[in-house]
Amino acid sequence: MVSADTLEPSVQPGPPSAEKPLLSVEGLTRVYGKRIGCADVSFELFPGEVLAVVGESGSGKTTLLNCISSRLAPTCGTVHYRMRDGASADIYKMSEAERRYLMRTDWGFVHQNPIDGLRMTVSAGANVGERLMAVGNRHYGNIRRAAIDWLARVEIGEDRVDDQPRTFSGGMRQRLQIARNLVTEPRLVFMDEPTGGLDVSVQARLLDLLRGLVSDLGLAVVVVTHDLAVARLLSDRMIVMKDGRVIEAGLTDRVLDDPRAPYTQLLVSSILQV
Amino acid sequence: MTSPATDAPEPTLARYNFAYLDEQTKRMIRRAILKGIAIPGYQVPFASREMPMPYGWGTGGVQVTAAIIGPDDVLKVIDQGADDTTNAVSIRAFFARTAGVATTTATPEATIIQTRHRIPETKLREGQVLVYQVPIPEPLRFLEPRETETRKMHALEEYGLMHVKLYEDIARNGRIATTYAYPVKVEGRYVMDPSPTPKFDNPKMHRSEALQLFGAGREKRIYAIPPHTDVVSLDFEDHPFEIQSFDQPCALCGGEGVYLDEVVLDDRGGRMFVCSDTHHCESRRAEGHRGALLGDEASADAASATVKEEM
Amino acid sequence: MPTVLVASEVKKSFTMHMRGGVELPVVANVSFSLDAGSCAVLGGPSGVGKSSILKMLYGNYGCDGGQILVKHHGRHVDIASADPRKVLEIRRDTIGYVSQFLRAVPRVSALDVACEPLMIRGASQAEAREKAGALFADLNLPERLWSLPPATFSGGEQQRVNIARGFITDHPILLLDEPTASLDAANREVVIGLIARKKAEGAALLGIFHDLDVRNAVADRVIDVSAFAAGKAAA
Repeated sequence: MVSADTLEPSVQPGPPSAEKPLLSVEGLTRVYGKRIGCADVSFELFPGEVLAVVGESGSGKTTLLNCISSRLAPTCGTVHYRMRDGASADIYKMSEAERRYLMRTDWGFVHQNPIDGLRMTVSAGANVGERLMAVGNRHYGNIRRAAIDWLARVEIGEDRVDDQPRTFSGGMRQRLQIARNLVTEPRLVFMDEPTGGLDVSVQARLLDLLRGLVSDLGLAVVVVTHDLAVARLLSDRMIVMKDGRVIEAGLTDRVLDDPRAPYTQLLVSSILQV
Repeated sequence: MTSPATDAPEPTLARYNFAYLDEQTKRMIRRAILKGIAIPGYQVPFASREMPMPYGWGTGGVQVTAAIIGPDDVLKVIDQGADDTTNAVSIRAFFARTAGVATTTATPEATIIQTRHRIPETKLREGQVLVYQVPIPEPLRFLEPRETETRKMHALEEYGLMHVKLYEDIARNGRIATTYAYPVKVEGRYVMDPSPTPKFDNPKMHRSEALQLFGAGREKRIYAIPPHTDVVSLDFEDHPFEIQSFDQPCALCGGEGVYLDEVVLDDRGGRMFVCSDTHHCESRRAEGHRGALLGDEASADAASATVKEEM
Repeated sequence: MPTVLVASEVKKSFTMHMRGGVELPVVANVSFSLDAGSCAVLGGPSGVGKSSILKMLYGNYGCDGGQILVKHHGRHVDIASADPRKVLEIRRDTIGYVSQFLRAVPRVSALDVACEPLMIRGASQAEAREKAGALFADLNLPERLWSLPPATFSGGEQQRVNIARGFITDHPILLLDEPTASLDAANREVVIGLIARKKAEGAALLGIFHDLDVRNAVADRVIDVSAFAAGKAAA
């Protein structure tokens, strides 16, 4: 029988590499009165990594997303973000101005309902260009060119650049919302059920697009979804939530193919097979 | 703008305090004005009062004027540049009756000029106050209806949205088509709505020697531009701010480089372009300037005169 | 040849919470090693846990005990206890896997499916496509299919896309889960050739082959999984 002795002795149990996390969440808790939104959630997200947060409605995944994206102050716990200069900053100790600047430059947020993330009464081009203008770009021609480029990347034709998103289909609106978020080349994007409410075929196209953009741009993503297929297709790692707590976490395909927690097994076994 | 008297001189209406508002209210408004002057372009909330005229008729401007006017002031009121329109005439009469002050149509003679939608062509000088009537003080409202959010945007200097509006203009029209209420940045800090004046007047606000005060009655906001303040119109590098230009001079006084109104003469397409600033036009005619549509005989009526209006 | 992977006393069972927490033992005391430049085959009747062993080696299944030491970037890492990011890194650079079924992604062409493992490692698209094309040609996949998404392909066609995807990289360790199951005789021969080439290049292969001809053609050694049956572990 062979044993580890046949190998050189430098056994390494596989600690993370020297790379530092982009986002570190520690002991994050949010309560609503006596009700728990999410409790004692901790995880790290590394550059270029996609983390899926899955669970049923009311499991606390949206509360968690809002807390880590600075949209909802947690009751306790911390969220640290590694800024472009390499320094780690507690997002709830920043000034509101810094936080909002971060949100429209280095971060993106893709809402489930595109209406929440778009300006419905201004053109697609202006929707995409807004972040550029917000960071001081004052050249119309350049802004427009960037907008057209980004529309092309999300498969929206140049001829729609001056149309308002209310004339767009649901799938197009969602793609526009994605372009609007990515134009400043953020490093971290939060997504709340990005394919929810879309037809299956539209969903597939969007997922494929997201997959490509995430790998091309090296985006780190936290995606909240109740759809395990979405989690499998997009994410490297996932955490499973129930009643506000993380009940299982790990490699996406391992959690889905070899689920340990009773609830995860129930979730996985509830997937409809086509 | 001398200190107001609490006892109004004759022959004001006995029933009203000097300039209609009570002294407490004036003090409150003056505090808002002072704060506005201290933070150029910042919209200061104030407890706007009911005035004896409907909202939209200049209640904000009237309250500002009432708070700063003194017995020795000389008041001019214009509406779209004209001294003789209903709104201008009524407001002038209002202060003549409630404050007993002198009124004028001559820009250089006025100490306070209340205006709706124009800045006089005559360059304003130190010591004069221009009071604007403002319908909607919030320049961001068009794109962001939530007041909580727009106030935050002002506080954090997040003005990307203003350029979104200008972008939309160019995308739709090939150029910035906003011609009035054209947004400006005041002293490099606050973005401000100059009220619905034509953008032609924007350069006049820049480093003006006069104090500029803005009152929005319905919206309960006062803001100010102190003398010699930078006022820059927003634009794009490749679509710089430009004022309107007219390809013909005023039909009455031959004036050029002034803002003209189009006047329809008949039902067969006949029209003329004349100075929107009536005082400016009349003074030029009094000096002998003649436009294309005016005969040669000198009009005898005086262009303007300072009069104490009859009761 | 050097040893590149050592499994020792690896244990796996499933706890079925949906069925009252009944525990299904799968394998126990799994111990073997893989050497560079050779091909080992997992043998034993179906249901004995061959696939589970492959999946544990790939990090797809967790282990309940034991160690799986793999030589990764010149050091030895225990897959059984490695964190998820380490497992992904090992999959990117050290352990390749040809699964039985292709998990098709909508709208991605067969060529790009096969290219992906190389692209992740930073290869240019042109280089990756050239290699994938060459493998497709070897595997007799009709060229008109290359630019189509494989979701609508036949089982054999999908299998060949999957094989190309697995063989395109130069992972030092390659796991093969019935790669020839839906192939005709001619293409089975191609796969046998590909495996021989990998061995010659110094890769360590571990596979499951039900087809005896293929097994005999590629196997340097058969690891009898029945010996690791969970029941026997206690004995």
